[in-house]
Amino acid sequence: MKKLAILGAMTAAGLTAGAASAATLDDVKARGTLNCGVTTGLVGFAAPNANGEWEGFDVGVCRAVAAAVLGDPTAVEFVPTTGKTRFTALASGEIDLLARNTTWTFSRDVDLKFEFVGINYYDGQGFMVPKELGVSSAKELDGATVCIQTGTTTELNLADFFRANNISYEPVPIETNAEAQPLYLEGACDVYTTDASGLAATRAAFENPGDHVVLPEIISKEPLGPLVRHGDNDWADINRWVLNALIAAEELGVTSANVEELASAPGDNPEINRLLGTEGTLGEMLGLDADWAKRAIMAGGNYGELFEKNIGENTPIGLARGLNAQWTEGGLLYSPPFR
Amino acid sequence: MSTYSDPPSGSFQLSMLINDTRYRSYTFQFVALLLLVLGMAYLGWNLVQNLAAAGLNISYQFLGEPAGYDINQTLIPYTSQSSHWQASMVGVLNTLLVAFLGCIMATIIGVAVGVLRLSNNWIVRQLMSIYVEIFRNVPVLVWILIIMAIFIAVLPQPRDFRGDDAEASMFLNAFAFTGRGFYSPAPIFGPGSGVVVAVFLASIAGIFALRNYATKALYQRGQLIPTLWPSIALFFIPAILAFYIMGRPIGLEYPELRGFNFQGGVFMRNSLIALWFALSIYTAAFIAENVRAGILAVSKGQTEAAASLGMRPNRIMNLVVLPQALRVIIPPLISQYLNLTKNSSLAIAVGYMDLTGTLGGITLNQTGRAIECIVLLMLFYLTISLVISALMNVYNNAVKLKER
Repeated sequence: MKKLAILGAMTAAGLTAGAASAATLDDVKARGTLNCGVTTGLVGFAAPNANGEWEGFDVGVCRAVAAAVLGDPTAVEFVPTTGKTRFTALASGEIDLLARNTTWTFSRDVDLKFEFVGINYYDGQGFMVPKELGVSSAKELDGATVCIQTGTTTELNLADFFRANNISYEPVPIETNAEAQPLYLEGACDVYTTDASGLAATRAAFENPGDHVVLPEIISKEPLGPLVRHGDNDWADINRWVLNALIAAEELGVTSANVEELASAPGDNPEINRLLGTEGTLGEMLGLDADWAKRAIMAGGNYGELFEKNIGENTPIGLARGLNAQWTEGGLLYSPPFR
Repeated sequence: MSTYSDPPSGSFQLSMLINDTRYRSYTFQFVALLLLVLGMAYLGWNLVQNLAAAGLNISYQFLGEPAGYDINQTLIPYTSQSSHWQASMVGVLNTLLVAFLGCIMATIIGVAVGVLRLSNNWIVRQLMSIYVEIFRNVPVLVWILIIMAIFIAVLPQPRDFRGDDAEASMFLNAFAFTGRGFYSPAPIFGPGSGVVVAVFLASIAGIFALRNYATKALYQRGQLIPTLWPSIALFFIPAILAFYIMGRPIGLEYPELRGFNFQGGVFMRNSLIALWFALSIYTAAFIAENVRAGILAVSKGQTEAAASLGMRPNRIMNLVVLPQALRVIIPPLISQYLNLTKNSSLAIAVGYMDLTGTLGGITLNQTGRAIECIVLLMLFYLTISLVISALMNVYNNAVKLKER
């Protein structure tokens, strides 16, 4: 039944594709809300809080885009997607933006006709095992039962890793992260594998996080980023530069606390002025107004603030910046200049 | 003389297509058909155009490319380097396996429950109707999830078997019932084992021959030949003799805890057991109702006539009622088998890699070829269903009331 529904959606998408791909920006403005695809629930990245409001690192990207485009960070309709449904949802036009720790790969970019607008988290696939097993390296996992989310790059990486090391394993395919947790905790699988950030988030949600260890091996490169459909370059540009604005804001020292003041009048730093619209016409070029970046930064803070608030070292998830530090601090984050 | 008058033999005129009742219906049907064809052609053309505009070209080339992912339960050789087509075949076989096991178990449970629902014993009757109502009225997906959850929570995991004072131990040192599945000893066939297997198969054939002969003897000569004990003897004695004569060529490989899991022996995964069990008990509730309806459809006079001939209730059921009830039971039974087969596509809920899980799941995701995969998936299910339907119809023709 579900498959038939997808086919129906695909057919419908085929019939309306001509109209949908024209101008996503106009559609979003006319609708008044941004449809943003997120995970079905991964604490720290995207999960509803106790009040039912979505929050998290990926949610922050959605809110920043909504703030820049619509002027209201809460004008977002969050659409939970699984690893399996996310691409169909985006391709069919059900969502305007997919911010769901999705790995940027060649085939997704080229063959599936999507446009990755940047990288908001540099990740890699890791393994988590119970401490009592006494495993210290992924190469000791011969014969283990491995829980794995289907429809992700992780199952391909896993097959390659075990084949390259000539060890065997028993895959247990699972649809969502939420289903994987009880299976892993009950011991139906020895190992849980997904992106290292996801492991940290999952472990943080456990009753006794200390009973589980994340193994040191990172077996793949997983650059995670938001993506949009091919064919609407204007919309892709808006999303790309909202993300860049958040990253550049951290580099330039613009935070949610001082952005109001910095945007009130042109300051000494011309790049800040251009970013915040007190100088130049960057917003107009994007088809937005001059304050777009200011609103995006005010929505949840700059990249560093989003990181610290949702997944940083002071949160239960406790991820270090590592590769995700600014290039000036030894990381990989490097926004192209605003000029 | 005749009052018969020929229809006017004037030449055919175009207006007759509308005005002449002989042609009018054909005209309208032709126009309707034309419109339908045009409508379909428009929709198809539109779909192709828009798919092309969206950059989605239909291509099945991906089926030949390496799949890249692993599958836990494979009935045919498969590695992550095998093609997507091979992965689909693994899925088809897994679907057929669970459908086959499920149909058998559902039939056994369903017939038993259906007969017991008509029992004279009040408690049995009520228990069976409770069973039917509960299992029939809760969605099968829920049953699959419940059974899997109970399975994983109740049974010990391999880690519980570890250590000197382990919480769990193996049954008879040969069977391990774990939350990951059941492990049982596997036979190892050494040289000369072919003879033993051949002898065993021959003795099974012998049992059937004996029973055939006994039936014939009963019907033709009225001679009663005992079959029970000779059958049991035939089943065991020749095979055991051959086993020892050939020097015990068949051994057993016991599962044992090595590393993370039990190794060796036959492993039946929790996903297969949970799915099989859930589909069986769910479908059995429907089959039970079919069976009950079939039995009630046989006139009470038949039962009373048989009873007045001095037959015992068991024999009445087996020899008089069920043969007549079967022709009512089998047609809806076909639908239940088809339902069970199609419901097996819920397998991904417990991580069972059936056709929907491989072709319609991982392959679809990794290649992004949604339309191609779904069309192929529909074709596979259609074929499987039609084959099951055809086989069951052959059986139905064999048992239905012969009208001469």
